[in-house]
Amino acid sequence: MNALRLLGLSPLLYAASVSAQTMPPTGEHAGHQGHDMSGMTMPTTSPAPTPAPPAPHADHDMQGMGDMPMPATTTEAKGAVSGTDLKPGSKSPPPVATDRPADRFFDSGAMATAQANLLGEHGGMSFHKIQFNLAEYQAREGRDGYRWDASAWFGGDIDRLALKSQGEGNFGAPVEHGEVQALWSHALDPYWNVQGGIRQDFGKGPDRTYASIGIEGLAPYWFELGASAFVSSKGDLLARLEGDIDQRITKRLILQPRVELNFAAQDIPENRIGSGLSNAELGLRLRYEVRREFAPYIGISYDRKVGATARYARADGERTQATSLVFGIRTWF
Amino acid sequence: MRSSLLDRRALLRGAALGGAGLAVANWYPAWAQPVSRGITKPIPELSGDTISLRVAQEMVSVDGRQAHVIAMNGTVPAPLLRLREGQTVRIRVDNALDEETSLHWHGLLVPFQMDGVPGLSFPGIPARSSFTYEFPIMQSGTYWYHSHSGLQEAMGHYGPIVIDPRDADPIACDREHVVMFSDHSFVHPHTLFTKLKQDPGYYNRRKQTLAGLLAGRDQKHADRLAWARMRMDPTDILDVTGAAYTYVVNGYGPRDNWTALFKPGERVRLRLINAAAMTIFNIRIPGLTMTVVAADGHPIRPVAVDELQMTIAETYDVIVTPAEDRAYTIVGEAIDRSGMARATLAPREGMVGEVPPLRERPLLTMRDMGMDMAGMDMPGSGGGTIDLSKPDAATTGMDHGAAGGATPGAMSMKMRDPKNAPQVVMGPGVQTIAPMPMDRTGEPGVGLENVGHKVLVYRDLVALEPNPDVRAAAREIELHLTGNMERYMWSIDGQTLSQARTPIPLRTGERVRMTLINDTMMNHPIHLHGHFFELVTGHGDHSPRKHTVNVPPGGKVSFDVTGIYGDWAFHCHMFLHMHAGMIRVVQVRDAGGAA
Repeated sequence: MNALRLLGLSPLLYAASVSAQTMPPTGEHAGHQGHDMSGMTMPTTSPAPTPAPPAPHADHDMQGMGDMPMPATTTEAKGAVSGTDLKPGSKSPPPVATDRPADRFFDSGAMATAQANLLGEHGGMSFHKIQFNLAEYQAREGRDGYRWDASAWFGGDIDRLALKSQGEGNFGAPVEHGEVQALWSHALDPYWNVQGGIRQDFGKGPDRTYASIGIEGLAPYWFELGASAFVSSKGDLLARLEGDIDQRITKRLILQPRVELNFAAQDIPENRIGSGLSNAELGLRLRYEVRREFAPYIGISYDRKVGATARYARADGERTQATSLVFGIRTWF
Repeated sequence: MRSSLLDRRALLRGAALGGAGLAVANWYPAWAQPVSRGITKPIPELSGDTISLRVAQEMVSVDGRQAHVIAMNGTVPAPLLRLREGQTVRIRVDNALDEETSLHWHGLLVPFQMDGVPGLSFPGIPARSSFTYEFPIMQSGTYWYHSHSGLQEAMGHYGPIVIDPRDADPIACDREHVVMFSDHSFVHPHTLFTKLKQDPGYYNRRKQTLAGLLAGRDQKHADRLAWARMRMDPTDILDVTGAAYTYVVNGYGPRDNWTALFKPGERVRLRLINAAAMTIFNIRIPGLTMTVVAADGHPIRPVAVDELQMTIAETYDVIVTPAEDRAYTIVGEAIDRSGMARATLAPREGMVGEVPPLRERPLLTMRDMGMDMAGMDMPGSGGGTIDLSKPDAATTGMDHGAAGGATPGAMSMKMRDPKNAPQVVMGPGVQTIAPMPMDRTGEPGVGLENVGHKVLVYRDLVALEPNPDVRAAAREIELHLTGNMERYMWSIDGQTLSQARTPIPLRTGERVRMTLINDTMMNHPIHLHGHFFELVTGHGDHSPRKHTVNVPPGGKVSFDVTGIYGDWAFHCHMFLHMHAGMIRVVQVRDAGGAA
């Protein structure tokens, strides 16, 4: 990454800045309007472009500008330093007052209410989003199936209630696997949320309840990633990694590669889950955004059961892998 | 005064569709297809010592579409308030809405209790009630007024103010027009806000694509990877774009074609006001040089320009002298080039000038991240785009530093190093801290670096009269404009008003320097209520006096200001940014006074 190499040079570069900023202004740099920097290779001797200095600058003094970075548009200093050319002092600020001057003119009760509204309204609002990332028909050898993957959040910028649901099955049979999670979601940093709550499974085998903890967020290169761990009421430990990325082909046509990996720390025969990597889904979906909120898609999905989980499936006379042609709708509101 | 816009415009539209309007239709882009021959009606005017305004929901027509607005006296923009310096005006506001409203006099020096910010200067004007403002007019020039309640301003709740000087106007002209730009959305502004919270790129329909890469457009592959790694989008220039907005002049869309008349050879004064909620405009009149004679109401030494970037809430007075007997187009191009406000300057009604196409949309650069190293030998230099695929830029910058003989500084070049902004509360709302913010007041603004003609820069502005307070600032206050585009969060020093709640204290009469550092990749038009401040741009006692200043991405701006008693709002005038929390209270109290 060139950008990173650039970053590594920081101390020297900063030093250059400081030296440049404190250099007395000279005429050398004035008036380079119109230089095209777009293909710049920056020979050391080349002055960087400056917009044309306005004529009135000439009789103004640039001294006393201290560390304010100023373009050197003045050829020489003359006259008394005044106004904004003067350096600021270092007086300490006054204490914060606790009065409300408007109370002298208006009813203080009404002012208190209005002030509370003002403070609450600017940054304290709540929103929500409900999204189906996947809602699809899966056509494949044998019985066709379906899959959904939905999430929702309700709340402010930092703390939210998050709901998630995913599942799959074959038509003409009970739901193979389904789950719902109710989570508290807390923003950790600009990109990542930590989420904790409960997960309820339904479908084949006994319906289990899990405690859920995980993180989700936006990784470099715009990958949407999630990692969760689940502990069931029986003490079984599961984990899941998922990720997808939107590759914008045209303004409306978007390719979304997606991967989901499920793990288990132990065999759970009653749920037909084996320890280790239990199953994987690799998907590639191409959607067309009719609107941002409504995008039909087609794609392929490769599902595979692995290891002990695959052995359970074989023992049950089920397939261990399937490649499906999928059709669906990605939607949010 | 209660003319119905609906009737008037419907009539005009009907006339146009049957007439000359269609003849020129086929050579306009779709957004400029005329629905009228041009509307020459100026904004209705109110003057005198007693003025009455009624705020109500109305339906108007914008480009032939029905639009739900909050209007004053039935019109958008609200009536032009034509006042005179030295008078005392009483303005009665009747609120016919079912919600609270308010009026703020943008740029007027009024006692704080008349400033019109609910919860700060007064309790607001409750639904179905009235309030009378009364204040002396202590200044002259071009200003405007708008609601400070909720997002009403974004629904049309704005109007112009022109104050004639007590004595002869230093700016002579034969004729004048108010040209008020705005952005009209046919969906409710709360919906815009919600969509941005749900999907911050929702209105950006021109993100870079694979098709663009293959066609050789936009960034090169290496740059795309570098920006993707940083989770930064170089096409993120305006949050709400032409995908949602119809850009308007005096309430009229490009197809309405509002028209200002002139006689060839006249000196025409255009009072430009940007009353948009979320849009910065590039203003030009192809074929005419604009001589800027006033900024934010204050006369400046005349500067001739071909184009100017007008941030939200600024006003500029320009003189044009069209000599030919032909129509000129007034172009107000959204800075992301997603749309255009269009009006016509013509000798007669019904004429149209050629409408230039939208120019190619610009891309942000490392400079907009406050990480431009190559320009370091020239702080404040203009127009650089740093190409990440050319490592030469970095190497050379380093060589130059070494040649300067400087000792290495302690500043980190990381994108989000708390050490570069110790006062910022680091959290999910702070995506980046500009490692090397630069004074960009010598630059023409995003996308105008290489347009090949003269573009106004802040450094061109020199006050005509000496500044009233030329003392040195007693101290300096540094504030960081912070945000996270991925969560659509906006704040100052990392905290929203809801979180911070602590005001910025000043003493009455105290002179302070405020330095605003933009750590985000968006422009922020920052407005201080109830004061004028002098920009620190090297003009000493003739510094330009402003009420609103644009702080460009990765940039920093300083101004000196003298405290006036009261509680004053200090905020980003991108209305959704303010609503998201990019606002503070400046608290000015008498020194030693009882708190």
